[in-house]
Amino acid sequence: MTAPTITSIRAGRIGDSPQRPDGRQKVTGEFAYSSDLWLDGMLWGATLRSPHPRARITGLDITGAVAMPGVFAVLTHEDVPGRETYGLERPDQPVLAIDQIRYQGEPVALVAADHPETARRAAGRIRVSYREEPPLADARAALAPGAPSVHPGGNLVRHVRVRRGDPDARAAVVVTGEYEVGMQDQAFLGPESGLAVPAADGGVDLFVATQWLHVDRDQVAASLGLDPDLVRITLGGVGGAFGAREDLSMQIHACLLALHTGKPVKMSYSREESFFGHVHRHPASMRYEHGCSAGGRLVYVKADIVLDGGAYMSSSPAVAANAATLGIGPYEVPNVVMDSYAVYTNNPPCGAMRGFGAVQACFGYESQMDKMAAALSMDPVEFRVRNAMREGSVMPTGQVVDSAAPVAELLRLVRDRPPPPARDTGDLRSLPGGVSNTTHGEAVVRGVGYGVSIKNVGFSEGFDDYSTARVRLELTGGEPSAQVHTAAAEVGQGLVTVLEQIVRSELGVERVAVLPADTTIGSAGSSSASRQTYVTGGAVRAACAEVRSQLLARAGDPAAGSPGNRPPGLAGAAGLGDLVALLGKPAEATVTWRHRPTAPLDPGTGQGQAHVQYAFAAHRAVVDVDTELGLVKVVEIATAQDVGKAMNPQAVEGQIHGGIAQGLGLAVMEEIQVAGGVVRNPSFTDYLIPTILDMPPVRLDMLELADPHAPYGLRGVGEPPAISSTPAIVAAIRDATGIPLTRIPVRPEHLTATQPDEGPDPPSAMIMGRNAPHRVPFDPRS
Amino acid sequence: MTAPEAGDQVHTATVTLTVNGESRALEVDTRTSLLDLLREHLGLTGSKKGCDHGQCGACTVLIGGRRANACLALAVAHDGAEVTTVEGLADGDALHPLQDAFIRYDAFQCGYCTPGQLCSAAGMLTEGGPSAVTADLTGDPALTPGEIRERMSGNLCRCGAYVNIVRAVTAVSTAGTEP
Repeated sequence: MTAPTITSIRAGRIGDSPQRPDGRQKVTGEFAYSSDLWLDGMLWGATLRSPHPRARITGLDITGAVAMPGVFAVLTHEDVPGRETYGLERPDQPVLAIDQIRYQGEPVALVAADHPETARRAAGRIRVSYREEPPLADARAALAPGAPSVHPGGNLVRHVRVRRGDPDARAAVVVTGEYEVGMQDQAFLGPESGLAVPAADGGVDLFVATQWLHVDRDQVAASLGLDPDLVRITLGGVGGAFGAREDLSMQIHACLLALHTGKPVKMSYSREESFFGHVHRHPASMRYEHGCSAGGRLVYVKADIVLDGGAYMSSSPAVAANAATLGIGPYEVPNVVMDSYAVYTNNPPCGAMRGFGAVQACFGYESQMDKMAAALSMDPVEFRVRNAMREGSVMPTGQVVDSAAPVAELLRLVRDRPPPPARDTGDLRSLPGGVSNTTHGEAVVRGVGYGVSIKNVGFSEGFDDYSTARVRLELTGGEPSAQVHTAAAEVGQGLVTVLEQIVRSELGVERVAVLPADTTIGSAGSSSASRQTYVTGGAVRAACAEVRSQLLARAGDPAAGSPGNRPPGLAGAAGLGDLVALLGKPAEATVTWRHRPTAPLDPGTGQGQAHVQYAFAAHRAVVDVDTELGLVKVVEIATAQDVGKAMNPQAVEGQIHGGIAQGLGLAVMEEIQVAGGVVRNPSFTDYLIPTILDMPPVRLDMLELADPHAPYGLRGVGEPPAISSTPAIVAAIRDATGIPLTRIPVRPEHLTATQPDEGPDPPSAMIMGRNAPHRVPFDPRS
Repeated sequence: MTAPEAGDQVHTATVTLTVNGESRALEVDTRTSLLDLLREHLGLTGSKKGCDHGQCGACTVLIGGRRANACLALAVAHDGAEVTTVEGLADGDALHPLQDAFIRYDAFQCGYCTPGQLCSAAGMLTEGGPSAVTADLTGDPALTPGEIRERMSGNLCRCGAYVNIVRAVTAVSTAGTEP
């Protein structure tokens, strides 16, 4: 799979790589992202946010804002007609701050005005009096007795315990380690935005970029005090997601303003506001102890993982469960003591980001695997292979892995890739950092590192995970054509392409259209957890089977009525002429489809059939490190991943490239710097994401080992590439430098002779720009 | 800095631009960026606002054939200029070769950076001259993958479609050898 997958097939079937149906619109600028929406006479919304991470609101005066010409509404929490809080798992987050502030950037008031700058300035005229309090900024300290509570009931969001085997197991060789993961941002390029339009029936129509229309709708309706049927959400074009659109941002706010003013209201965050407008990846503090036999077999793992959930719950409980259940990695370990904690602090709220709890743990357990291999004087790949999980292995939860788990094979594939050529020492362009350095690469050293990962696909722990699809087959201009309607969010992953491929394959028709995603049909669940092709793809396949069954019944076929029976496509089975005759009236089916159920974890032992499917990927990283300048260049990534069935090989390849880019970012550059609860770098000048110069060549092996439980045998592909790419790169840097790196992202100062203190203490250059010193990020007068 | 008080006099000016071949004259607030002029006054929303600070490149357009971040360009400073946006790359229904290559090589996922990537690539193909990675400084350099990466490094893509962006641009820059 190293050559580009190019096809001229437009009307592709499963396993082809047809062009994206929205591709032409996306390259011509016609594709309407949520930020592009426009209605004549619409107003613009703006948000006033707290500059303090923890404070009491002692006064709020909106008169200055209300008096400004062009201002149509100024709203505070008193204007929320329904539930004043919202949240994915528990409604603990105020729509607008009620009497206290729990994180910097918390929304306090809203303005609607006839121009975005007027709205922004009016927000600056709102006078808020705060009584600042010392923020609770350290996650482990938040668990200490006597720590101030961020919420009533204490700071522990969830403690997940996993116990397997003998908790007191002993081993010949023991290694321990403490690891830290910084706060990563999804940094999608299309900031939060949407357009709310009040309706004549007292409801509201919202056009927004999101990942899960129906949970948005339910939360919006609750806070508006409306019946959910009166809140209609249509997916606007999504400029990237990566987890950051699973929680609400401007949805309730825009609807409040629209209903209050009776006018359409658009909200569109700036880049700076976007850094405060969505949850981030949880920072983690992890302690691991691995015990191993002298022969190199893992005997036990003990670990605790503390995840900083920030000020509100978001999806922290599920993140903690992932870290716990996946936290020893894809290895067979008979004895496990694992404790994973999600906690409240006054840091920015954290929730979903690609990898979702598996990322943090993977850095911990893979760092430990290297450390143990070194202790045993074993090759790191050989040590991993010796302990690798396989089909039939038992997870620490007691769950048996009942489909392919080719961990050893994936590791061998990346190990056996030919190494990239040695650096041309005469060519300064090949240096980490490029040609403009103050040295000529005299201290550049190369290293190789490995990582392998496990990720659950779909929602876990007994969650009722389903999707709804409607497929309609009818004659259009005398030709059979199919329409597919779901509420599943296309976020760039290519879901609309795959759904068309499924319909073409199942019904044998060429003309397929995917209708806009909206809430007039049942929920599809979220475009997250690598689940949408699995679950909504499964729903579309099931709907196609019902349509086929209806048509076969019309034709008097005895196979009709058994949709589980899968005859070939209709065009082949009945003949196109027959199909036209059968479609005198349209055939339509709406199906709600579920994957096999999961079960909750036992709260005492963490035992249970918690996950639907597991996915695996391996990475080998080759890096050049300049140990004088602290610069890293990732020279190449070799990866291998089992995708079950490559529904669209070109799209799979794109997911793998993209995941590697984000994993590279976490390894060496991406971190929201938070000091005392205050974000120091909310801009793309100071929050760095990989550029085209940072992206290494990718050598890719794709396995297709069908999962018998999944539609078409497919395995979710979106997240695994983003998980073990990070520890592989860090292992390569360790290999090059010999420095025992325990914190990501690795910074330049970690790699040079003078080691700095750990922790987010950015140099003064990090305090930058227009809004320095960043105590009042949204004050328009600054 | 003090923001103007409400009721302060707003200074406007007439700006005449040729946008995608069409002459447009507008009266705009003198503080209007070229990006806001395109998006909010002309309804050309293809150019994207990813950061509004010149950090991401999603707003890249061609001004007089040269690449520029429209968010950093003050509209009044470009009176009389010829501006090409992503909406102006195609020739009627015939896509620009770069647009076609981006689709065929799957050089995007969400597509939000794509208008900027395309305008940046279109400008790069014709701009010539050496870059920081050009080995031979005589004549226009060949657009090797290394040259393309160097010259496209001002355009962020968070979906990480970089590998395929290089493939797509390479295919166009070596057109004729491409099937």
